[in-house]
Amino acid sequence: MILQRRSLLLGLAGAVTLGRARLALAAGPLGERRLVVVLLRGALDGLAALQPYGDGDFRTLRGPLALPEPGQEGGLLDLGGRFGLHPGLRNLHALYARDEALMLHAVAGPWRSRSHFEAQDYMESGATRRLPDGWLNRALTHEAETPDGARRGLAVGLDIPLLLRGSVRVGSYAPPGRGHAEPHALALLAQWHAADPVLGAPFAEGLRARGFSAAVLAGQEAPPSGTQAFVSLATAAGRLLATPRGPRVAALELGGWDTHANQADRLIGPLRALDDGMAALRAALGPGWAETAILVLTEFGRTVRVNGTAGTDHGTAGVALVLGGAVRGGRVIADWPGLGPGRLQDNRDLMPTLDQRRIGKGLLGQHLGLGPAALARAFPESEDAPPLLGLLRTEA
Amino acid sequence: MTEQPFAERWAEFWSNHLTISRRGQIVTAFSGHYHRLAIRPHVFARYEDLLLAAYRHPALLAYLDQVGSIGPGSRVGLRRNAGLNENLARECLELHSVTPAAGYSQADVAALARILTGWSMGRGAESNETSGFLFRPQAHEPGPKTLLGQEFPEGEAGGEAALRMLANHPATHHALALKLARHFIGDDPPSHVVARLAVTLRDNGGDLAAAARAVIAEPLAWHPLTKVRTAQDYALGVMRGLGLDERAAPALLGILARLNQPLWSPPAPIGWADDAATWAVPEQLMRRVDWAHELASRADAGQRLPLADLVETMLGPLARAETVTAARRAGSAQEAVLLVLASPEVQRR
Repeated sequence: MILQRRSLLLGLAGAVTLGRARLALAAGPLGERRLVVVLLRGALDGLAALQPYGDGDFRTLRGPLALPEPGQEGGLLDLGGRFGLHPGLRNLHALYARDEALMLHAVAGPWRSRSHFEAQDYMESGATRRLPDGWLNRALTHEAETPDGARRGLAVGLDIPLLLRGSVRVGSYAPPGRGHAEPHALALLAQWHAADPVLGAPFAEGLRARGFSAAVLAGQEAPPSGTQAFVSLATAAGRLLATPRGPRVAALELGGWDTHANQADRLIGPLRALDDGMAALRAALGPGWAETAILVLTEFGRTVRVNGTAGTDHGTAGVALVLGGAVRGGRVIADWPGLGPGRLQDNRDLMPTLDQRRIGKGLLGQHLGLGPAALARAFPESEDAPPLLGLLRTEA
Repeated sequence: MTEQPFAERWAEFWSNHLTISRRGQIVTAFSGHYHRLAIRPHVFARYEDLLLAAYRHPALLAYLDQVGSIGPGSRVGLRRNAGLNENLARECLELHSVTPAAGYSQADVAALARILTGWSMGRGAESNETSGFLFRPQAHEPGPKTLLGQEFPEGEAGGEAALRMLANHPATHHALALKLARHFIGDDPPSHVVARLAVTLRDNGGDLAAAARAVIAEPLAWHPLTKVRTAQDYALGVMRGLGLDERAAPALLGILARLNQPLWSPPAPIGWADDAATWAVPEQLMRRVDWAHELASRADAGQRLPLADLVETMLGPLARAETVTAARRAGSAQEAVLLVLASPEVQRR
């Protein structure tokens, strides 16, 4: 079978007005450059976030989950004529218009596991097996620690994800005020408790008192302000990354993407959280935004076809996002495999055409200045996945 | 974590029954000593021995203001014009023995208060070297006293006899049987079970080991998921499920306070309530979910927690299929742990 692949580079790179002027400020291997990695746990449906409405097979296969084309009511946000962004991602669309957002489609890691736990471990290990440390931590080993121990990586949240664990000590910060569980998990717990004659009513009342109405639990409305843990995490990360001797690498996590049922509703909350979080991160970074690249990853994509419960199941390829003032954005990068007969992975999933590791390696190499040996240490056994070049303004 | 969960739960029951609360320096300082040396050694002895051990401990004497109770006709009373404090006597009749169902009067409360005057604490050769209990004759009300129609002589022996009488009173046996049945069987236990436990206590001279065996032999006590867990019970169950040991104890203290059941600090002498009406309330359940979320967010630190082990330890055969399936299919390890720790079956025992 020969795949007809069309390389699509959509949207013109805008005039580079910031990049080079700021480059002079970079000192040392890391200097002022900031790298943030956002892990979307649970497998974001790339075909929902970044819809290939220009593909003639898309609407047929996706049915009710294909949103109206750009310009129509409730329609997609256009990205240059072939792909459209989910309308819940308004802030990302604005970044795209400023050439600060790069969308990459048909992306997958080299693993073919459809287990969340395995695939997340591999994604964070940067390998096709679970390693004791994460690729982002190994990427920091090339940087000598400053005497006062500043400028290490930083995990924002209650835990340090595997991505940032390893021999380089990293900081961990959780903003005051403890976050709540994700609305979709609360919805499941509420449903279970409802069947208990004693626990059901008080559990529901407790959720209501905290602003989690039925509509919020169903994902149709945003959770109450203050419960958007991810937005406060992103704000905290931005502030810490903005401080002069603060960390330069950070990791964030956001769950709620495992949309096996009622996907159209269930996705709105997490998409808005991601979208608001990225806007909050940008605002908190201030001038540091110009030196920042954000890599948004998920462990795998989801099935092309809709399942029996108006959702999608575990798939293969999906999207990755690269955002930030340092990014040569305003483009969709997709070696589009198509959705037609015989073009789906295992006759169900989007075929991967871009190795997720190539994006990470491209950012580590071009943004943080890692050489080939350091890149090989971060991503072992990845000779077949060379760094993806051209992601940054400085490369233009 | 204990290897003897029943014995531990049994001891907790009696610690809560003869509650002290950490307020004031003496009670706080002696709290651990009280539970360890006054309660625990006697929870499989006769109830009268447990009651006496508690009543001879400074923590309970201070908590229920007995130390300041002076016989008005005693030497100290006459000199200082001091008087009775009825608190211990009242709680003894109301909570620790016959309960109002027995129909005692205010005269009985005052009589018991007079009987117990002189029960105090102190240092020196006169006091009990283990507990610090000290009987002060100079504060003891002279003369015999009548309690529930029985006469008790002057002196420390009169107090001991009165407490033994109360501990072995049929009304006390019934009250203890009801409280045990509510704890081990359900908020509204069948009366025949209560009656059977009361008979066991009566026929065995208030032997708590016999009562424990009777509870274990009661088929209804084996019915799972009938009770809503107290916050402490929930927190200990979660920590056991996560394989946390005594090194986590300092954190546990903070958690118990957050879940509104701070250690050894019940709001009143009646101790912590043990029913659904108290614990199945909105904010309590939300705080449990918050804590579960927090634990789950950290559950992956170091090494992946084997999900199957967690489900097995927390729930065993009582895990609902929905919980097991949802946890296995959860979008992340953290979410899987949250769903197990906050599942409705974990809120019950």
